[in-house]
Amino acid sequence: MITVQNISKRFGDYPALHDINLTIQPGEFIALLGPSGSGKTTLLRIIAGLEFQDGGKVLFDGEDVSDRKVAERGVGFVFQHYALFRHMTVAENVGFGLSVRGRKDRPSKSEIKARAEELLSLVQLGGLGNRYPAQLSGGQRQRVALARALAVEPQLLLLDEPFGALDAKVRKDLRRWLRQLHEQMGLTSIFVTHDQEEALELADRIVVMDHGVIEQVGTAEQVYMDPASPFVSDFVGEINRLPVMIAGGEVQLGGISLAIPAGEHPDGPAQLHFRPHDVELADHQPGGLPITISNIFRKGGCWRVEGHHAAVDRVIEIDLDAGVAPPIIGQQLVAFPSKSRIFAAGCP
Amino acid sequence: MTLFAASRAGWRQPSVLPGFGLTFGFSLTWLTLIVLIPLATIFLKTAGMGWSAFWAVGFSDRALAAYRLSFGTAAAAGVVNALFGLLVAWVLVRYQFPGKKLVSALVDLPFALPTAVAGIALTALYAPNGWIGQYLEPLGVKVAFTPIGIVIALVFIGLPFVVRSVEPVLADLGKDVEEAAATLGASRAQTFVRIILPAIGPALLTGFALAFARGVGEYGSVIFISGNMPGKTEIAPLLIVTQLEQYAYDGATAIATVMMVASFAILLGINLIQAWSRRRAMA
Amino acid sequence: MSRAAAVTESRLARALLIGGAMAFLGFFLLLPLLAVFSEGLKQGWSAFAAAIVEHDALAAIRLTLIIAVISVPLNVVFGIAASWAIAKFNFKGKSLLITLIDLPFSVSPVVSGLIFVLLFGAHGLLGPWLQAHDLKIIFAVPGIVLATVFITFPFVARELIPLMMEQGKDDEEAAVSLGANGWQTFWHVTLPNIRWGLLYGVLLCNARAMGEFGAVSVVSGHIRGMTNTMPLHVEILYNEYDFVGAFAVASLLAVLALVTLVAKSVLEWRFDYHHGGAGH
Repeated sequence: MITVQNISKRFGDYPALHDINLTIQPGEFIALLGPSGSGKTTLLRIIAGLEFQDGGKVLFDGEDVSDRKVAERGVGFVFQHYALFRHMTVAENVGFGLSVRGRKDRPSKSEIKARAEELLSLVQLGGLGNRYPAQLSGGQRQRVALARALAVEPQLLLLDEPFGALDAKVRKDLRRWLRQLHEQMGLTSIFVTHDQEEALELADRIVVMDHGVIEQVGTAEQVYMDPASPFVSDFVGEINRLPVMIAGGEVQLGGISLAIPAGEHPDGPAQLHFRPHDVELADHQPGGLPITISNIFRKGGCWRVEGHHAAVDRVIEIDLDAGVAPPIIGQQLVAFPSKSRIFAAGCP
Repeated sequence: MTLFAASRAGWRQPSVLPGFGLTFGFSLTWLTLIVLIPLATIFLKTAGMGWSAFWAVGFSDRALAAYRLSFGTAAAAGVVNALFGLLVAWVLVRYQFPGKKLVSALVDLPFALPTAVAGIALTALYAPNGWIGQYLEPLGVKVAFTPIGIVIALVFIGLPFVVRSVEPVLADLGKDVEEAAATLGASRAQTFVRIILPAIGPALLTGFALAFARGVGEYGSVIFISGNMPGKTEIAPLLIVTQLEQYAYDGATAIATVMMVASFAILLGINLIQAWSRRRAMA
Repeated sequence: MSRAAAVTESRLARALLIGGAMAFLGFFLLLPLLAVFSEGLKQGWSAFAAAIVEHDALAAIRLTLIIAVISVPLNVVFGIAASWAIAKFNFKGKSLLITLIDLPFSVSPVVSGLIFVLLFGAHGLLGPWLQAHDLKIIFAVPGIVLATVFITFPFVARELIPLMMEQGKDDEEAAVSLGANGWQTFWHVTLPNIRWGLLYGVLLCNARAMGEFGAVSVVSGHIRGMTNTMPLHVEILYNEYDFVGAFAVASLLAVLALVTLVAKSVLEWRFDYHHGGAGH
């Protein structure tokens, strides 16, 4: 079990992490998701022991490892740009961690070679051991980096933007394969990504970060369906955001009361969030959002309808089932968010 | 993430890589012993000299003539090098021709050839009976043993500084900006003056400054061709050597101090001009 | 590189520019180089050879090699240490340190010699103490080594600092995360990454160490067969009007320069080691 307790970190005047707390169970596959500058890579590097926190503790199975060097933490780290040693063959790269051990613990040369071959076939690169990193494709290099990290038999696998430098097709294949490998080897893995799709598809739990703070920790279902903050709601999945007023338990937009319960929110300005697929269209009816259809196009398995809301001058995005006939451009309709959330105003 | 300034906790940002104490400590100690302490003795000695003594030897007529000659010829050679160095860099970056790699390698010759060798070779060429000198003599042009000879030696020494400063900038200069200028109706000459020259200006100035600084202090290649006549063709470094040979340590020190202060001041000035032009380019 | 017609010069203009550049380089670089060999061989090979195997010339060659063998490794050790500290760590005052390392480039060679005379000479700060202990630095080999180390001080560091900064710390961090200790990381990961840059710096450092004239001239005392390096020997022969001898020894130094240029070019072409910006 990995426990991160009250971790904080500054770079000069720039607060990179602020009072981070996180617990990771053995065998979990965790994504650290956030925009650049959110502190996710810094957190990963602190867990690895590549960066040092200003305050707080990192515990592995209850034991404080804050003073333990990176090599003593039993972690495998896959670097964003792989950091393969260019002058070594693929097999030498994979065997490096074994070959630098002290004389007592070091396997023989032939054992290291055999182990490297074994790992290379595990990552489906059998027979490529004598090549140099420059002779491999991006996806192959990524797998060499992974094999190299696994060679030291880590308890914890840490990956910094593991698919960031790959093109879309390779990325998708590798993703599925990495998930399988994680399960097959019984690893605990943490990876950093700014790609929400990647995080939603791969991870058991997602840690959404922004500005050095954890915004939410939860399963893909939880962060998508039940975002804890306007940032998460906005960052994960597509969202419509409208400025509304709460007055006397009613949600008002452009002076019209909407058929949406205000819940516990106090009176005053707020923001209304709803996803494009959680909207229904109707003819003129009270309590909806009056829009003029400005654009319609096919988007995967549905129609994407864009409607202009004149009173607040915003475009609302709506996804309709492809089975129904789409509206016509210029048509005046009313949009009803079937599922929505209200957040305090002023947040992003 | 490591690009940020050092952590507030100390002057050094912690790192997992070992060896900082050892390598930093060794570097600083070695730097102090070999460079800083010896250089400091010059200023220490100058400070102990007294103002009037310093003025008397540091700004004697002979010394003033030597400064004028050293800085003047270095500036002249710097200008020649700025022009021809730009030409050479342009040709090397922009055109293909047979033997280009050989020519490019030859440009670094002044870095590799000992200055004394360059000095006697140039003298052999430009002496009145030399390879080139014999043709110049009837025209009444004297090169060796005149300031012109000093400029020629300094052109030789300074050329690679300009070429190697300008080359990478010229190579990096995107073809697209030139193409954009062409599509907007600029002639080739207009493109050069309005687009290319401003872009490589700072690098050209850097090359000039490096060549100039080297020229002011240059000794080996100059003393053979200059003739070394006090007040006429005696460069400042030679005057220092002459003073030393007469055991006039105060004189040598005073002249060295004046030269160093003047060089630093000029380099600082050039740096300021560059910083100013960069700021202007950003705005 | 083929450039579109819109952004190049006419054939004539190109020919003129290339011709102008070649004429300039021919006059200013090639001709002096040819003059060295031509003057050295003016009286045939035997006179050339005799000037080189002459006793004092051999002593000068030996001393020059000794100076290089001592000062180049010192600068290699310093260069590696300084660039490791500067490129792999963040600390305050880093740019000041880089500026100070470059300082010897902006000091006249003559002044570089003078400072050691002021420090260690008979009338220098430490002169009386050295005399009392019967130690000789100025007008002796240690002084020449010191002046040479000062002059060549930035060469290796200057090559390695930008190279190591560009390479970043990822490789080293990867090695450390795989359990390598500092020495293993340096030896197996960093050194192979910087080897061509290091060799490049060593080449330039060596050329300058063997060819330095001004600084060495001030501290050497010109004692024939004792404290004369090759460049100083060239000067003495030249001033004695032994032109063939002077140019013969100069030819050796010119060969050294040519070897340096060839090796440097091979490094640049074969190993794609690009030398960014100006040096020295």
